[in-house]
Amino acid sequence: MSLLEVKDLHVHYGVIEALKGVSITVEPGQIVTLIGSNGAGKTSLLQAISGIVKKTGGDILFKDASIYKASPRKIVQGGLVQVPEGRHVFPGLSVYENLMMGAYLRKDKKEIANDLKTVYERFPILEKRKNQDASTLSGGEQQMLAMGRALMARPELLLLDEPSMGLAPILVKEIFSIIQDIQQTGTTILLVEQNARMALSIADYAYVLETGRIALQGPAHELAESEDVQNAYLGGGK
Amino acid sequence: MEQFLQQLINGLSLGSIYALVALGYTMVYGIIKLINFAHGDVYMIGAYTAFFVTTYLGMGFLPALLVCMIVCGILGVLIERIAYKPLRKAPRITALITAIGVSYVIEYTTQFFMGTTTRTYPAILPTTTWQLGPVSISYIQMVIFSVTIVLMILLTLIVQKTKIGRAMRAVSADENAAKLMGISVDNTISFTFLIGSALAGAAGMLVGLYYNAATPLMGMVPGLKAFVAAVFGGIGSIPGALVGGLFIGIAETLVVAYGSSLYRDAIVYAILILVLIIKPTGLFGKNEREKV
Repeated sequence: MSLLEVKDLHVHYGVIEALKGVSITVEPGQIVTLIGSNGAGKTSLLQAISGIVKKTGGDILFKDASIYKASPRKIVQGGLVQVPEGRHVFPGLSVYENLMMGAYLRKDKKEIANDLKTVYERFPILEKRKNQDASTLSGGEQQMLAMGRALMARPELLLLDEPSMGLAPILVKEIFSIIQDIQQTGTTILLVEQNARMALSIADYAYVLETGRIALQGPAHELAESEDVQNAYLGGGK
Repeated sequence: MEQFLQQLINGLSLGSIYALVALGYTMVYGIIKLINFAHGDVYMIGAYTAFFVTTYLGMGFLPALLVCMIVCGILGVLIERIAYKPLRKAPRITALITAIGVSYVIEYTTQFFMGTTTRTYPAILPTTTWQLGPVSISYIQMVIFSVTIVLMILLTLIVQKTKIGRAMRAVSADENAAKLMGISVDNTISFTFLIGSALAGAAGMLVGLYYNAATPLMGMVPGLKAFVAAVFGGIGSIPGALVGGLFIGIAETLVVAYGSSLYRDAIVYAILILVLIIKPTGLFGKNEREKV
């Protein structure tokens, strides 16, 4: 059974068609990456999966049940959680409060406290800054906070939208190794990235999205070696 | 000096009322970026509710206060659900004009049923006055201070310490990210109207007792002044609304005492103009800047 199946999904913004029938599949335990240039529809796809933008056709199955019409709340409750592009931590709320917002729908206080400990262990900087206003964190710290916040929801499937955006190369490496750690603990990951080289190096399977359509797909290492991908996304076949 | 202190006390009690009303403006603005011009009329309904339950049901102060807060809280939620929610994605000016429309509907519906006569209250509070050195404080003034302080503390606890309060702050900081956490934005907005309107209801009852008068249009001017108070403090900021309300109340009272009562409204708008020129974000307003 696939964890997530997107079937022939369409999304329109007014007359503009952002997704023109996209189908992808995410198997449990995998890291699946979605690469493509700006405006290809990567963020639209994630927003559609999370129930934030309206879909105009197709279907989305999560754990074999359709979430096509589900509210964002139901989707989070079901175990599908997104870390949005640009982090979107809550300014004015402390780091601790931001993390607790991730656990908003959960009632199991003991388990929440445990997960908070785990998040602090994974991101020690967040514990150090737990009483600070989230907007005072650096870009990398905000990315960690956004990821920690999503983990507080105990996701089965974690959607990551451009986690490396705007970060220094050393931080990008750190974020990617954290993503691998998260996969290791049993969370499936759908990763949207512009940094195709990094994304392909940690993913099991990859899709290339071009102007609202899937142009290519295959095991990540095969795509990394394909000439088309190298020319278009990896800076030529050097 | 004695007169100054006395006026300060009077200004503080008027200012407490403005602060309670300003809180509703600021909370609603913080979460849906709407100036809810019907807010002053919710306050008027609070004064009328108090009139009804004290006159016809013989309720004492505290039960009447509670009923006013509940009635106005529900009214606020209804206003939001019926008038504003369908316009959530419409341009802001549409919602703003709707708010003015809602204000008229409430004012003239009340006038239709109640007429324009000023309603007065039965004596539910003692008329004791305390002499504190040179200044005197009336029983109702003490009540206004205590109720305001208690409500402020409760509000702060709700906003800072509870889950729903945290959700309110999250939605007002970033609505889409809040949705991604599974927060129901609709419910959070309703809750904000509930709290803000309940505070206005309390203020309406207090002012009704203070001046012993309720009229259908009593919410217009104080509503505008509370709005100015909210802008003064920095719209969207809860401590700002408190400080702004007190400041406007004191300024108005002092102008009446030392200048002329002709200028009591003018001073408030003069303050508004000065704030907009010197610091448009208000005292505690944030210059929002995002890190990308």
